Amino acid sequence: MATRRIWVWTDVAEGAAHRLSLELLVPARKLGAAEAVVLHPAGGDAVAALGAHGASVVHLGDDAAYGEYLAEPHAATLAALIQQESPDLILFPSTFTARDVAARLVGQLGAGVIANAVDVVYDGDHLTVTVPYGAETIGTLTIDGPGPHLVQFRPKAFAAEEVGGEAEVRSVTLPVDPATCRVKVLETVTQASEGPNLEEAGIIISGGRGMGKAENFGLLDALAAKLGGAVGASRAVVDAGWVPYSYQVGQTGKTVKPTLYIACGISGAIQHIAGMGGSKYIIAINNDPDAPIFELADLGIVGDALTVVPKLTESIG
Amino acid sequence: MKICVCVKHVPDPNLAMRVDPGTRRLIRDSAKSILDPADEYGLEAALRLVEQHGGETVAVTMGPPAAEDALRRAMAIGADRSIHISDDALAGSDVLGTARALAAALAAESPDLIICSTESTDAYSGMLPGALAALLGMPQVTFARSVTIEGTTITVQRDTETGYQTIQTALPALLTVTASIAEPRYPSFKGMMAAKKKTVDARDVAALGLDAATVGESGARERVLAITPVSQAKQTRTITDDGSGESVPEIIAFLRQIQVI
Repeated sequence: MATRRIWVWTDVAEGAAHRLSLELLVPARKLGAAEAVVLHPAGGDAVAALGAHGASVVHLGDDAAYGEYLAEPHAATLAALIQQESPDLILFPSTFTARDVAARLVGQLGAGVIANAVDVVYDGDHLTVTVPYGAETIGTLTIDGPGPHLVQFRPKAFAAEEVGGEAEVRSVTLPVDPATCRVKVLETVTQASEGPNLEEAGIIISGGRGMGKAENFGLLDALAAKLGGAVGASRAVVDAGWVPYSYQVGQTGKTVKPTLYIACGISGAIQHIAGMGGSKYIIAINNDPDAPIFELADLGIVGDALTVVPKLTESIG
Repeated sequence: MKICVCVKHVPDPNLAMRVDPGTRRLIRDSAKSILDPADEYGLEAALRLVEQHGGETVAVTMGPPAAEDALRRAMAIGADRSIHISDDALAGSDVLGTARALAAALAAESPDLIICSTESTDAYSGMLPGALAALLGMPQVTFARSVTIEGTTITVQRDTETGYQTIQTALPALLTVTASIAEPRYPSFKGMMAAKKKTVDARDVAALGLDAATVGESGARERVLAITPVSQAKQTRTITDDGSGESVPEIIAFLRQIQVI
């Protein structure tokens, strides 16, 4: 059979191809001809890295409208490109823009989509996509019917690989339909990140409702200082205003993969596990022996984090 | 101004999630299901906009009969009325089928604004709002941390990976909100009593004029092949600590074993 054409939706951030898009070239190369689609005024800046990560072709549209308006012009152009080129599969990262475009495309094309994937393979003609469901189960899904099929991935499902190479650039000259230019970007503000750099941390100490109150997060700060780690939190305590949103680990917060994750007073709701289930080692400290977090833990302490954590901090030399 | 808020009845996210091995669907034990906590933010945003500009807030859901609980809760918090899309033919709908059913019900309402959470707490694909906006031909303003409306112009601060954007469009539009949009209110006793008398309009596939082949299991393009337990490569070692700190030497030993200290 003909080589499958696998497209990777590529976002551009700070003048470069977004790292989450570069990761998706890893499965794209394995499944067929890896091609990137970049619709961004500064898209040209992404080409070299996309080639180096194994894209054989970059479909590049750099109309200014792609920077001035959200989602709709991108989805319209992508839909038209799909009609022309008939790719088999389109992989989307979990960036905000990619999610907006993929979702719009689902309604626009009546396309089949699977979100939150961690792996994708073909079993003969059948697309087979792996999606974690909570702490205990993994789903294997497929998409029926004609392509293209859309799959959106969790962050860090693959480690980006530089394989060397240069991509052939194909200009996307489809005109942008003014009727799709409806959501105008008035201002883009980059904020210096406050709080912990959770995505890079090798050790994360996270707190949940079981920490009792905001002031008790100081106990986690002390342990983090001893271990050289960063402090994170569950959505429940971020919603409660104990710590800022930048601390939040989970599906609506950050996805982390540290060497060690210590969950203190966290029950392990699906939303939290989505963000930290890939940690190499997990220690859970929780009063409730039935808390789902223990299913994931290498070491589970059934006890009060408020007494265990300070004793632990004290004992580390 | 008419604002429709899409809500969902989901298994309590603080309980472990279970999947029926036969149907390969999420077990939705109605006794342990609640209004998705993520929806309370969109509902709060809607109530504040209506308090400011006048109008009504309509909660809309698709789900089995028990999903009415989520609508009652939304009305106890403050929604004026609600619409319940329910039909056996809708069971097993994927994102597209769900979006089609909601789009049919919402088109009939002609709202000025539709509000969704960025993603539901159970399925969390985050694909529904955008698909819905496309089907309705509406602009989508997403990941909002704040929202203001002047006349027919909606202006939103939208979260991005590195900060935020200020974006603007004309109503009618579809808005998705994050948890930073507003602190949700709790239902008052009065609100709970009033909710019992508020209207829930039922809609089935026929009433919505939907082709049954395009929704539910028959219309679904996403298909679950298997649900398997995560391989138990991990052996959890559990220690009970009654407050004496007896677990601490074990934790220290583990930290040494994995070479972080």
